[in-house]
Amino acid sequence: MPLYLIIEKSVLVLFLFAVTMGVAAYSTWAERKIAAFLQDRLGPNRAGVFGLLQPLADGVKMFMKEEFIPSNAEKLLFIAGPGLFMFTALMTGAVIPWGPNLQIADLNIGILYVLGFVSVGVYGIMIGGWASNNKYSLFGAIRASSQMISYELAMGLVVIAIIMLTGSLDLKAIAEQQKGFNWNIIYQPFGFLIYCITALAECNRAPFDLPECETELIGGFHTEYSSMKLGFYLFAEYINMFISAAVIATLYLGGYNMPGLDYSAMNPIVGNAIAFVVLFTKTLLGVFVFIWVRWTLPRFRYDQLMHLGWKILIPLAILNMLLTGAGVLIFG
Amino acid sequence: MQKLTNRSKVVSQKDMSFLEKAYVPAILSGMGITLKHFFKKKSTVAYPEQERSFSPVYRGRHVLKRDDKGAERCTACGLCAVACPAEAITMTAAERQKGEESLYREEKYAAVYEINMLRCIFCGLCEEACPKEAIFLTPNITPAYYDRQDFVYGKDMLVEGIAPEDRVDVSKRQFWRDNLESTQKNP
Ligand code: SF4
Ligand code: SF4
Repeated sequence: MPLYLIIEKSVLVLFLFAVTMGVAAYSTWAERKIAAFLQDRLGPNRAGVFGLLQPLADGVKMFMKEEFIPSNAEKLLFIAGPGLFMFTALMTGAVIPWGPNLQIADLNIGILYVLGFVSVGVYGIMIGGWASNNKYSLFGAIRASSQMISYELAMGLVVIAIIMLTGSLDLKAIAEQQKGFNWNIIYQPFGFLIYCITALAECNRAPFDLPECETELIGGFHTEYSSMKLGFYLFAEYINMFISAAVIATLYLGGYNMPGLDYSAMNPIVGNAIAFVVLFTKTLLGVFVFIWVRWTLPRFRYDQLMHLGWKILIPLAILNMLLTGAGVLIFG
Repeated sequence: MQKLTNRSKVVSQKDMSFLEKAYVPAILSGMGITLKHFFKKKSTVAYPEQERSFSPVYRGRHVLKRDDKGAERCTACGLCAVACPAEAITMTAAERQKGEESLYREEKYAAVYEINMLRCIFCGLCEEACPKEAIFLTPNITPAYYDRQDFVYGKDMLVEGIAPEDRVDVSKRQFWRDNLESTQKNP
């Protein structure tokens, strides 16, 4: 690998890492602010203007908390859990094309890579919950893994429909094909809906936040965690949310494309910058919807969750796949 | 049967239609409702900067009144402490010495008078029990402190000042109490 490529990629990695972290930090702020606004309150407004320093204050608080490991916990795994969760959350972002040339790794199986890392993500929860040696944590971990497995199926099936349309597993190619207003959501409205629902479930967001559910499991898999280990779990969930909003935007909402913008005619630097801003805006809108849903809908019951996943979403996803296949055969 | 409110609805248990079963329209309309609240005027009162107005009979922090000449009215009879359901009041009585007539109205006075604001439930029974019109609840708010000890208010916090501008006006409460019956009949 030539040196300039290594430097370019390292800069990109650092930049996207910083952006992801920044967005995750400010998602916690946005979550509280939007929740407050939806409930006719003001939300955090004491730390800085509009409470903008709140994430910083939260971070300091997390660091100052006592680092506590239960005496019956499996120490090594207890520590590894949050780290693994954070790691997988961050790794997923590597294949998202932020612009025509703004992609850390242009894998030709990008979407498979995303699905793969999302599935590995459950290990972080599973290990953390099991190692805590606490029944609430174990329940949270069991719920998380069964929920993820159930919803990954439907997710994979709707992604197959996208792959049939584009003929590629490469996220960059998928994004390129949606040039102008040729967005996949137009051809795959149902797929989009199902993907969004499964994405909510994969991120453990309400109404699918059964692994955590404060009211039943007092925090679920992270009941026993404190200090920055807890911080890692909470933070990684916001990263997951950000990344999955970015994946949704790439798969269905045209990626970095916007009607009226032709990047090939532009100066590469300007083009990439504009492309980044476009996808970033779409992603933030997605994050807003995630938060909005959380503060609107109540949590599912566990059997309802399984019913929705296995008996409704998977058949619908298969139907969607068959119809897309037929459509591709007839019109394609 | 007479309806209690005009908001009652007749519920039915008929099967849901397909659209209702799909839930998506209902979810979208629910999200519309929450979005409407997003742009609504917020009902928060940002407390230390803004204060909401209280009713004239609001029961807040206590005051120990002085009489017109500036002598403390309390005679340390202890009736307030007995009446207090939260046992928030403690006091030590002392005898008035010669020359202290301008300080204390009665021959016996409270050398120490403490109310624990963490125990107090602001019920106002102390005020009702007092035979000397000495203790009143005011619309003032007890602030928050970092230390528990700070919530125990001694005489320095409770007794009103002598100067006219330091006096605490309790006429509204007094009026309300004295006209309790008539106010209850036609509020
Ligand atoms: S207001 Fe009620 S609780 Fe408070 S000191 Fe008076 S009697 Fe006790
Ligand atoms: S405040 Fe009133 S009731 Fe309480 S000790 Fe003084 S005089 Fe008696």
